[in-house]
Amino acid sequence: MSEQLQTDFELPTKLVEEVEEISREMKLNKEKLMEEVRKAYQQGRFEPGESIGIIAAQSISEPSTQMTMRTYHFAGIAGIKVTYGLPRLIEIFDAKKEPETPMMTIYLKKEYNNANDAAKLAENLVERKVLNLTKKISLNLNENSIEFEVTDKRKVDLICKVVKDNLKNVSVRAKEDKIIIVVKTEDVRELQKLKEKVLDLQIDGVRGIRNAIVRKEGEDWIINTIGTNLRDTLNIKEVDERRTYTNDIHETLAVFGIEAARNIIIREALKTMQEQALDVDIRYVMLAADIMTFGGDVSSIGRYGVAGAKTSILSRAAFEETIKHLVRASIRNEVDNLQGIFENVMIGQVVPAGTGMFELIVRPEE
Amino acid sequence: MDGKFVGYTNEPQKLVNEIRTKRRDGTIHYQVNVAYHEHLDEVRILSDSGRVRRPLIIVENGKPKLTKEHIEKLKRGEIGWNDLVKNGVVEFLDSEEEENAYIALNENELTTEHTHLEFDPAVILGLSASFIPYPEFNRGDRVNYGAKMVGQSIGIFATNFLLRTDTKSNVMVYPTKPLVQTHVYSVIPYDKHPNGSNVVVAVASFDGYNMEDSIVINAGSLQKGLFWSYMYRTYEAEQKRYLGGQEDLIGIPEAGVRGYAGEDAYKHLSKDGIPYPETDLESDKVIIGRVSPLRFLGTMDRFITGFENIRETSVRLRHGDFGIVDRVFVTETVDGTKLIKVVVRDLKVPEIGDKFASRHGQKGVVGLVVPPEDMPFTESGIVPDIIFNPHGIPSRMTIGQLLEIIAGKVAAVTGDYINSPAFSPTPEKELRDILRKNGFRNDGKEIMYDGRTGKRFKSQIFIGSSFYQKLDHLVSNKIHARSRGPVTLLTKQPTEGRSKEGGLRLGEMEKDCLIAHGASLALKERFDSDKTTVSICSVCGLVAIQDKIKNKKVCPIDGEVKIKDIQMSYAFKLMLDELKSMLIYPKVVVGEE
Repeated sequence: MSEQLQTDFELPTKLVEEVEEISREMKLNKEKLMEEVRKAYQQGRFEPGESIGIIAAQSISEPSTQMTMRTYHFAGIAGIKVTYGLPRLIEIFDAKKEPETPMMTIYLKKEYNNANDAAKLAENLVERKVLNLTKKISLNLNENSIEFEVTDKRKVDLICKVVKDNLKNVSVRAKEDKIIIVVKTEDVRELQKLKEKVLDLQIDGVRGIRNAIVRKEGEDWIINTIGTNLRDTLNIKEVDERRTYTNDIHETLAVFGIEAARNIIIREALKTMQEQALDVDIRYVMLAADIMTFGGDVSSIGRYGVAGAKTSILSRAAFEETIKHLVRASIRNEVDNLQGIFENVMIGQVVPAGTGMFELIVRPEE
Repeated sequence: MDGKFVGYTNEPQKLVNEIRTKRRDGTIHYQVNVAYHEHLDEVRILSDSGRVRRPLIIVENGKPKLTKEHIEKLKRGEIGWNDLVKNGVVEFLDSEEEENAYIALNENELTTEHTHLEFDPAVILGLSASFIPYPEFNRGDRVNYGAKMVGQSIGIFATNFLLRTDTKSNVMVYPTKPLVQTHVYSVIPYDKHPNGSNVVVAVASFDGYNMEDSIVINAGSLQKGLFWSYMYRTYEAEQKRYLGGQEDLIGIPEAGVRGYAGEDAYKHLSKDGIPYPETDLESDKVIIGRVSPLRFLGTMDRFITGFENIRETSVRLRHGDFGIVDRVFVTETVDGTKLIKVVVRDLKVPEIGDKFASRHGQKGVVGLVVPPEDMPFTESGIVPDIIFNPHGIPSRMTIGQLLEIIAGKVAAVTGDYINSPAFSPTPEKELRDILRKNGFRNDGKEIMYDGRTGKRFKSQIFIGSSFYQKLDHLVSNKIHARSRGPVTLLTKQPTEGRSKEGGLRLGEMEKDCLIAHGASLALKERFDSDKTTVSICSVCGLVAIQDKIKNKKVCPIDGEVKIKDIQMSYAFKLMLDELKSMLIYPKVVVGEE
């Protein structure tokens, strides 16, 4: 790297603003302070040829070996079962489609930030299906109808409406706490199918949310939920859409985009490790999250994600699925340019990292 | 019965009860067991061999059949064990019948529902765990570790060890019976099979030489023979006969034989190719000289006659081993071929790195051997044999060990063995009283002085006698280093393992560390062990041939084209070859210099 490149760089705007503010407040020489900050900043950057990937990997994985393999234990808050420790960390870096315990943390807007509203919202969030409101269900084969008793009389009308809206070719009658659905078919099997369908109909709450618990954190009233549905939750008027988040990386990606997904990876991974009292520098986790998300999509760290996307055939073959990679490469006439670290270790040459990265260039004309 | 169907009944419980009653009165043999499995609705009667059975006292209506009268008679020798079995006082249960039994651990917890009573609650422990005194004062896992290490201890494993030819065995030179014992020491012939020694233990630190579980040991004790042991290893050679009348020949190989190792290698052998007893042997030297006919005749070898057609197949002392020839056996195998067995003995005096353990899962390695004059001593002049670090106690909570030290001290003072089996120990108070009566502090602590300075230690030190075992993990059998050495044939990489003088592997993760440090050249050097120069054809990218007669390099496909020498690891070249064997064409593209 040339001399010019090493000194010519711009400090992040946020840092510049901070320096300006402090110099104003403390009445310091702004230029001098900036120079010192630049020096410190430059020292904090890694040097050319430094294997930050390996250092980050080691810095995350060494403390992880101390994590217990315990999957479950109860979190402090009112008996919610949560995936913790190593299994959760693996889940994050494997970019699993759905977390084992999907959870949302819902913040409330200022005007609703009180115990009453929070409790009311928490109650209304939990998804309720016809099944949850049914006391007894039976099939009447004489009249080709489904009869069921409802636990809460006040909900009868609502259920009738939902059933009418969602099912075609049926007539719905209500008799006190009984609801009778008459179907025009003669087929018993169809009747059974319909019964399942009815039971699965959603009456109220947000789809996918199984449990909600209110908690106070500082000034804020927070609702923790099991099960996530970010898109629908954000549409609720009490919810503060700026702070509410889910631990589902892929859902965040779908709702907010890749940058948010990256932030969730960082936040969740760090949180998981801090719960186990493991102090890992945020920059290592940020690097891992960057690698996972820089392609615009969340890819896992492993065979089907980052490691599988390496350019070198040899290093892919050495990792996993050796035969697949070798055969594919031979069919497609692929070339391995031996520019990575692993390939060069294999063939016994100097690896292009650290001191082995540099070559002497002579320019005779100068 | 015994896995076969013989009949059926409508009253299984009645049948089972009847069989049991008849067995108890002697009508049916006492080795027959019967069990009724309710969930399967099956009665199983077992009389075959190979079932593990254990004796229990029969209980009827909440009363054990073994009465005080029986015990009195047993004590007087009027009746024996077999009488108890015959009279239906005691019976043996196998694992199946045990499922029907309801066994009480103690007599005082018997109810009318119980069917059997244990002889002693200590029978829940196995053999090696029964060796541990005061086990109920230790945390459970420590008893487990202690039991494991009893199995690794060096003692006298068999009294006929001088007649045996075990491949490897260890025998302690002067073992002693523990001062603090449990009931098994009198039940089994332990007098003939001791497995350690009583030592004076001081619980103290010694300049950090006993930190991290290591122990400091008194050189004076070692000079007096404490924990000496012999390792015996048997080497054998057979004079085999082959098809076609050829046979091996035991003797000193003549110079010129294939694989002849030079005169020096055979210097320990007498004329017949076997060493005399008491010959001092060195590592890798020949113990039994032998030559064998070549078995895989090559094209040229067929025409070679005489001794060039034989190969040296001598038996050598293992790499890293030393020793003296203890015994030589010259005998015959079943097939009538000559068989030589040479037992080599090696004296193992404890040294830094040898592993020792008490019976309470407290293992440690010798950290320092201290001359007796430098060891701490008590007012009465007692010098400990072993200094054990007190940091080993709090986290592991082996209170049993502390009690053993006090009990050992009492035993040494009074001259009587202390018996403290599981759940019925000699009480701590009793021990303390005896100590006080004999002029000691009742907590086992004593004022001690530093042997090097003569100064009194500020604190008093807990000292007493305890049983220690020497475990079969001796440094002299493990020490290993290598700089250059043999390589494997296939990969040309260094061999693995101490016996093959192997290298120490720098693995995948260690490699990553070198990369993380940016030490590329150190990494290359470390992985250079199988570096080779390969000639590569610049046209086809495959390995070329060096024609030594014409002194030219030729590509077998493209002929005399530009051929370049490339340096690579032999393992990589091997991989290229393997790819070729799988019909994958690995073309090496060589760039310009």
